[in-house]
Amino acid sequence: MNALNNFFLIALPYIALAVFLVGSIYRYKYKGFQFSSLSSQFLEGRKLFYGSLPFHWGVLFLFVGHLTAFLFPRSVLAWNSEPLRLMILEITAFIFGISMLIGLVNLLVRRYSTPRLKFVTNKMDLVIYLLLIFQTFMGLWIAYNFRWGSSWFSTLLTPYLYSIFTLQPDTSAVSLLPWPVKLHIIGAFTIIGIIPFSRLVHFLVPPFNYAWRPFQQVMWYWSKRKIRSPRTPWSVQRPKNN
Amino acid sequence: MDVRSQIAMVFHLDKCIGCHTCSIACKNIWTDRKGAEYMWWNNVETKPGTGYPTKWEDQEIYKGGWEKRNGKINLKGAGKRRGLTNIFYNPNLPVIDDYYEPFTYKYLDLIESPAGDDQPTARPVSLITGEPIDIKMGPNWDDDLGGSPDFARNDPNLKGISPEEQEVMFQLEKMAMFYLPRICNHCLNPACVASCPSGAIYKRGEDGIVLINQTVCRAWRMCVTACPYKKSYYNWHTGKSEKCILCYPRIEAGLAPACMHSCVGRIRYLGVLLYDADKIEPAASADDKDLINSQLDVILDPFDPAVIRAAKMNGIADSTIHAAQFSPTYKFVKKWKLALPLHPEFRTLPMLFYVPPLLPVMATVKKVDNTEQQEKMHPAAKKWEDNWLYDTSTKELWGTLDQIRFPLKYIASLFSAGDEELIKEKWRKLMAVRIHRRKVTVGDISDEKVKETLHDAGMTAEIADEIYALTSLPKFEERFVIPAAHREQAIEMMDFTGDTKGETGFGIKGKIRRGI
Repeated sequence: MNALNNFFLIALPYIALAVFLVGSIYRYKYKGFQFSSLSSQFLEGRKLFYGSLPFHWGVLFLFVGHLTAFLFPRSVLAWNSEPLRLMILEITAFIFGISMLIGLVNLLVRRYSTPRLKFVTNKMDLVIYLLLIFQTFMGLWIAYNFRWGSSWFSTLLTPYLYSIFTLQPDTSAVSLLPWPVKLHIIGAFTIIGIIPFSRLVHFLVPPFNYAWRPFQQVMWYWSKRKIRSPRTPWSVQRPKNN
Repeated sequence: MDVRSQIAMVFHLDKCIGCHTCSIACKNIWTDRKGAEYMWWNNVETKPGTGYPTKWEDQEIYKGGWEKRNGKINLKGAGKRRGLTNIFYNPNLPVIDDYYEPFTYKYLDLIESPAGDDQPTARPVSLITGEPIDIKMGPNWDDDLGGSPDFARNDPNLKGISPEEQEVMFQLEKMAMFYLPRICNHCLNPACVASCPSGAIYKRGEDGIVLINQTVCRAWRMCVTACPYKKSYYNWHTGKSEKCILCYPRIEAGLAPACMHSCVGRIRYLGVLLYDADKIEPAASADDKDLINSQLDVILDPFDPAVIRAAKMNGIADSTIHAAQFSPTYKFVKKWKLALPLHPEFRTLPMLFYVPPLLPVMATVKKVDNTEQQEKMHPAAKKWEDNWLYDTSTKELWGTLDQIRFPLKYIASLFSAGDEELIKEKWRKLMAVRIHRRKVTVGDISDEKVKETLHDAGMTAEIADEIYALTSLPKFEERFVIPAAHREQAIEMMDFTGDTKGETGFGIKGKIRRGI
């Protein structure tokens, strides 16, 4: 039992994080052409609405929620100190979780019921769908049966995650948690480990920069103005765009 | 003054014969690949018609281009707020059925079928699924007004034209049409660049070619929505957007792009325009009626010493300035003011100009009494039952600007954001050239008549001769004045692609494989 706990709660996270880091950087640097969200909206644009939107907004909210609980556990606990606020947070999160699950099921059905999409689907897509559905389902299960997750996440899981990231893994508290929570943790790290081998990489390159960059982009092979001035030394800059 | 150079094009529509050679040349070089079969970076449309993708000009459907609100311009269907919030599902994205489902034929069935009672046939199959399909649509399905009740009558440019005028336009006997070849406009204010969330699209400073970096594109697919000309295409296989690259590897070597080089009617001209980058934003936000003039204002006179000085300050090579001075595009667009941009109201400042066609204007059809003529004919000869006469007599030929077969509004909706006077002005010039040349070569028109027409068009005989020479007799070097990239730059500009020849295009050395 102890060995099993050590494997899933210590070894798996480290393997997953290592694979994620090395794999994502390698793919970004050397497989730029394969770095894409691989949108299939162009082949099927109607059913996607009922899948992509509920899924993405749901996962966005829940990801930010988990991240907040990890980064600022005290503020989450402070927020939850008032029962009404705790209820609001839990119910909102649960609704987003359901929206995510509905979205995922719709996406899965869409992908396998539209003949054209068969040709832009690979096995990894199915793996992702099943993993995400499992993960979302477990999350909802935990939220329903082991209340109130947002509070005990901050006191139990945040220290565990900190211990992982500070390379001093401490599973004493986590290993006592019920099996659905453990499965949720295992699922999370499995998904992290699988990112570099799937289309999930697109979540690593959100285009936030677009919000403040100028509309137009002009690229020069090199700044000729600089080169032609006799006062500055001559240097060749590799252009950004090649 | 921030002087930059732009490779710009002129299409002389009177010379276009609608042969689609340009489209084929482009297709063979660039888009004969999986996921790109449906793309036609160059396509030729019959006007009136719905075009490709269907009704692309109707921005109420496709939400492309810029729109002006409270004096400022913003993207109509994309932009910062809309682009980022619609990233999970783009409500304005056309789907493949708006273009057409690419197809091929099972040619092998013709020779491999077992012997039987029937001739084997080559069934059409989809290039996406491989399943047999009924072809319902193609990139030029309405070619030569084919199926015009479904296509020509749904042309978005007919919006302002009254039903009576439309009837006149579509009476079979009066049917008039012209061809409209289209490629990427390589705009000065490109909507695709402005809409790209990942910043993969950029305009090259040296020659103004707009390109999509295939390693940065993340399939957020906003460019497809934003381009009002629908010239940014989504490759459904690779998950990357692609567009016309103006054959930049050829341009850099001083060669004409494939579509231009192969043009049978020799309608295409390519040359350098010098422009003032500081004026782009004001020009794009001008009032509708000033759009064309303000766009022409952005283009600078390459003979002006101040412009040349500023160009040199900006590092524009002497060869480029020299090319700008001999640019056929500059002559058509700015010197003679004969060419107009397509749909300037989209406010992207397109750098592709069209000389409006005179053909639908020339010659009228009128009802005549043919009985006398028919009695003279042999009894066995076929007698035409209709009594329409296609009149091209000298007298008729020159007086027809007011009795054209095409509503002026229609041409104005295409090329001048609705300004009919502007179109008339171009037509007057084109006619004056013809009248002048008719006098020179045939001599059946009086001096006064010629002088009057030239005066009306605001031209001299010398300019008319120049226009005539560049329209009818240009040599290859006069149609394409392209400054080659400087050799030392051209070499450094690209990775060596020799080792991946036949596999990838330019810029990417690895194998092109779809992401997982």
